[in-house]
Amino acid sequence: MTLATAIERVFDTITRRLDGPLTVVIVVLMAISLSVVYSASGGDTFDRMLGQARNFTVAFIAMWIVANMPPQTLMRLAIPIYVVGLTLLVGVALFGEIRNGARRWLHIGFINIQPSEIMKLGTPLLLAWYFHRKEEGLNWKDYAIAGLILMLPTGLVVRQPDLGTSILIFSAGFFVLFFAGLSWKLLITGLVGGLALLPVVWNYLLHDYQKLRVMTLLDPMNDPLGAGYHIIQSTIAIGSGGILGKGWLSGSQAQLDFIPERSTDFILAVFGEEFGLIGTLLLLALYLIIVGRGFMIAMNAPTTFSRLLAAAITLSFFTYVFVNIGMVSGILPVVGVPLPLMSYGGTAILSMCIGFGMLMSISTHKQLVST
Amino acid sequence: MVGTTIKNREAELNVFRNRIIVATICILIGFVILATRLVYLQVVKRDQFYTMAEANRISVVPVVPNRGVVYDRNGEVLAANYSAFTLEVTPSKVKHLDKVLDELAGIVDIQPKDRRRFKRLLEESKNFESLPIRNRLTEEEVARFVVNRYRFPGFDIRARLFRNYPFGEVASHAIGYIGRINDADLKKIESTNLLSNYKGTDHIGKLGIEGSYETELHGTTGSEQVEIDSGGRAIRSLAKSEPIAGNNLKTTLDIKLQKVAEEAFGEFRGAMVAMDPHTGEILAFVSKPGFDPNLFVDGIDPVNWNLLNTSLDRPLTNRALSGQYPPGSTIKPFMALAALENGKRTPEYSIVDPGQWFLPGVARPFRDWKKGGHGVVNLHKSIVVSCDTYYYGLGNDLGIDRINSFMTPFGFGSKNGIDVEGEQTGLMPSQEWKQKRLKQKWYAGDTISVSIGQGYWLATPLQLATATAILANGGTQVTPHMLKEVINSKTGAKQGFRPPPQAHMNFKPENLQLVRQGMVDVLQPGGTAWRAAIGAGYKIAGKTGTAQVIGMKAGEKYNEKLVKERFRDHAWFIAYAPADDPKIALALLVENGGHGGSIAAPIAREIFDFFLLGKKPDPETRKKRDYDLSDSD
Repeated sequence: MTLATAIERVFDTITRRLDGPLTVVIVVLMAISLSVVYSASGGDTFDRMLGQARNFTVAFIAMWIVANMPPQTLMRLAIPIYVVGLTLLVGVALFGEIRNGARRWLHIGFINIQPSEIMKLGTPLLLAWYFHRKEEGLNWKDYAIAGLILMLPTGLVVRQPDLGTSILIFSAGFFVLFFAGLSWKLLITGLVGGLALLPVVWNYLLHDYQKLRVMTLLDPMNDPLGAGYHIIQSTIAIGSGGILGKGWLSGSQAQLDFIPERSTDFILAVFGEEFGLIGTLLLLALYLIIVGRGFMIAMNAPTTFSRLLAAAITLSFFTYVFVNIGMVSGILPVVGVPLPLMSYGGTAILSMCIGFGMLMSISTHKQLVST
Repeated sequence: MVGTTIKNREAELNVFRNRIIVATICILIGFVILATRLVYLQVVKRDQFYTMAEANRISVVPVVPNRGVVYDRNGEVLAANYSAFTLEVTPSKVKHLDKVLDELAGIVDIQPKDRRRFKRLLEESKNFESLPIRNRLTEEEVARFVVNRYRFPGFDIRARLFRNYPFGEVASHAIGYIGRINDADLKKIESTNLLSNYKGTDHIGKLGIEGSYETELHGTTGSEQVEIDSGGRAIRSLAKSEPIAGNNLKTTLDIKLQKVAEEAFGEFRGAMVAMDPHTGEILAFVSKPGFDPNLFVDGIDPVNWNLLNTSLDRPLTNRALSGQYPPGSTIKPFMALAALENGKRTPEYSIVDPGQWFLPGVARPFRDWKKGGHGVVNLHKSIVVSCDTYYYGLGNDLGIDRINSFMTPFGFGSKNGIDVEGEQTGLMPSQEWKQKRLKQKWYAGDTISVSIGQGYWLATPLQLATATAILANGGTQVTPHMLKEVINSKTGAKQGFRPPPQAHMNFKPENLQLVRQGMVDVLQPGGTAWRAAIGAGYKIAGKTGTAQVIGMKAGEKYNEKLVKERFRDHAWFIAYAPADDPKIALALLVENGGHGGSIAAPIAREIFDFFLLGKKPDPETRKKRDYDLSDSD
């Protein structure tokens, strides 16, 4: 065996389970993120950027590991992951650590974990498994059980309170139901019912700060020093970028500290100011490629489980993008949703990449299953 | 039937494909919405936002509310605001700060002290904050700067509110102070979701009433939309929402009484808490030495800060709340009551005191403070002459657990719930405590020391004051507090503050009467503090005490003239007056004062005289105060 073939072998082992188009776009997004995080940290310290590079490395390895698992393994893991996640959520409700007025973190031994992150993937995973088993004939009972699987984690996370994450968990699970063929009649009934329940939610379930955020969206000047300040400053930043942008490291709004959370949730404001419309549209295009590729994988997937999982992960990914950009550009209320693959933050990037790993596993293992 | 029934794979796949198509359409619509929004912001509105970002950098500024005023119970101002001009700079806008400061010193007086303080602020803050260089500019300085302003971009004059404590050191530990918000404060503010209300606020209450009632005093921050030029100066106001001033607080303190009490301490260190025995309202709250809270308002400069921190007298320690001392003989009335209530002693029961007492089976004697003893001693006399021997036997008969459960409701060993921070629990020992903390068995000898308020028992001056108040009011627990009422800054409405009512301990009236009579006779001829009551014109009930500073070997004679001042014992005195209708109850401790009767009791007398009779102490009599040390314990 020559050296060349040996290298080829190793290269093949590494890349065999990685989906080409997805990997390329993900790496491009990561590179953009690093440069923007550097700019957002004032352009004079590498600490944050190196931290983000570390986040990406860990997430990429996790993605590779998941991509190398066959979908059957993912199916076997569905119940354990969901049960562990749910148990931890109950643990949070009982013993969780309170930070910033919300009980979201659980301290186990030496690490702090946020179990709600696990459920962002755990819920659709179990639902996809559930519908896979019930492949032959679905009746209202199946949907009731599915509804329960969906509402348990959602309810626990709403109580924390963490509205943003609970919406994401709910939608991830709900998308499985949607792709499994939940009837339009039920969908529309649910939608109308949900709208009818809004006043109840508003009056009894939402915390004051959550109400404030919705009110702020309707009238940013209502709380110009608090939540409204974020929206005002981020729209000014994005808008002032114009078509071409002010150039890397040159955004005055971003550099002068006007944008809050500027390397995390509001990173698009920095990016938009410095890279302009060209940058933001390019970013949208990259996200669109990921969504398109995700749906292609879902369409070609051989089993109900992999089909539903791939489609749900892809649609959830879009939801992240839409909610974050909508929030930063001032058309959605401020909820703590990071911009996928761009925002600084280890946990969110990790769970996002594990999701991509699942997509890749489905995409690269299908020959084995179908033959 | 609700729901879809799918019979075969092909149909299921069809449904799935349809759903993918629907989802794709939704996603495309979503992307179009986002793209449209971005085009709108970055193309249509670009010029407007560009102008806002470049020329008018900040569009919204906070308007800081006036901090509430703190009054004493008679309406005297204890903490108030005044407006003054400050010279401030945003460091990020200035290139060569040091050089510019030198230049500026030619126009406005900048002392080395100001520079030191500014340097410290600079290290603690972000570059984008506006930081004060000089506070309280004179009008002339303001005028000179305004003329030269064009030379100093990034610098500006602001009108700011300052806190002023007109009484300076007096009651400093009760009132507390405000200081610049530090990282720890910021975390606290963040955790309560009040961050936006503190935009623009530089100061926060740190200690005492200023600290405890921060939320009442702070008020609600308003905001103003202003157009700002490229130099960062406001050009015109576009819209404004007014701030709501903080509420004013009326405290229970009587500042005149407070002054008398602090002066009565003279040069001594120590603490004193005086309260209304029926309500728990704190009338005076002394911890000597104090500090001048005005020093903290502008950000204390490092020199003064070091001085306060390194002083041997520890002026920043709140002795009344956090000083934990052995209560000494002051607890004898409580011990006597415990024995009566538990049936372990009768009023008639007497001992013949030989000046020492033996624990059965132990050869080493426990000695009385008085060599040779007090002769025949019954319960009444045991309080009046403070007979140790009587209490050795009494404590031994009661046992530590009965002592513990009797003393706990008086507030010993736990926080009394006063409404300012920093309270310590003291220590009310028990068998369980010793086993848990020291991993040791409780010995009978431990109880003997506790019986005269020594050994493991520790109490704060506040705890002794509360316990004295309970004795004075006949057994009703009180929660000591300093807030009397909150005066709403907007409506002027007054809201009285009263802690929730407390439990009543049912003591037999005759037992209570016996103990109180003993305390009255402490201040009659023959009692340990009799000289302090001469010519009072009203009856005082009290008890003296001594807290040992250094351990003495049994039998060793203590000669305090030879012991250095710092190692001299602390003097205690608890009292209430008038004895038959108590209006004021207090506990006071004089650090290294020696004995309660000669040093501590006369201070209490001055406080009572002023509170009950309005009599100002005569400096001559204070000078002639009898320092005869033969009266002991």
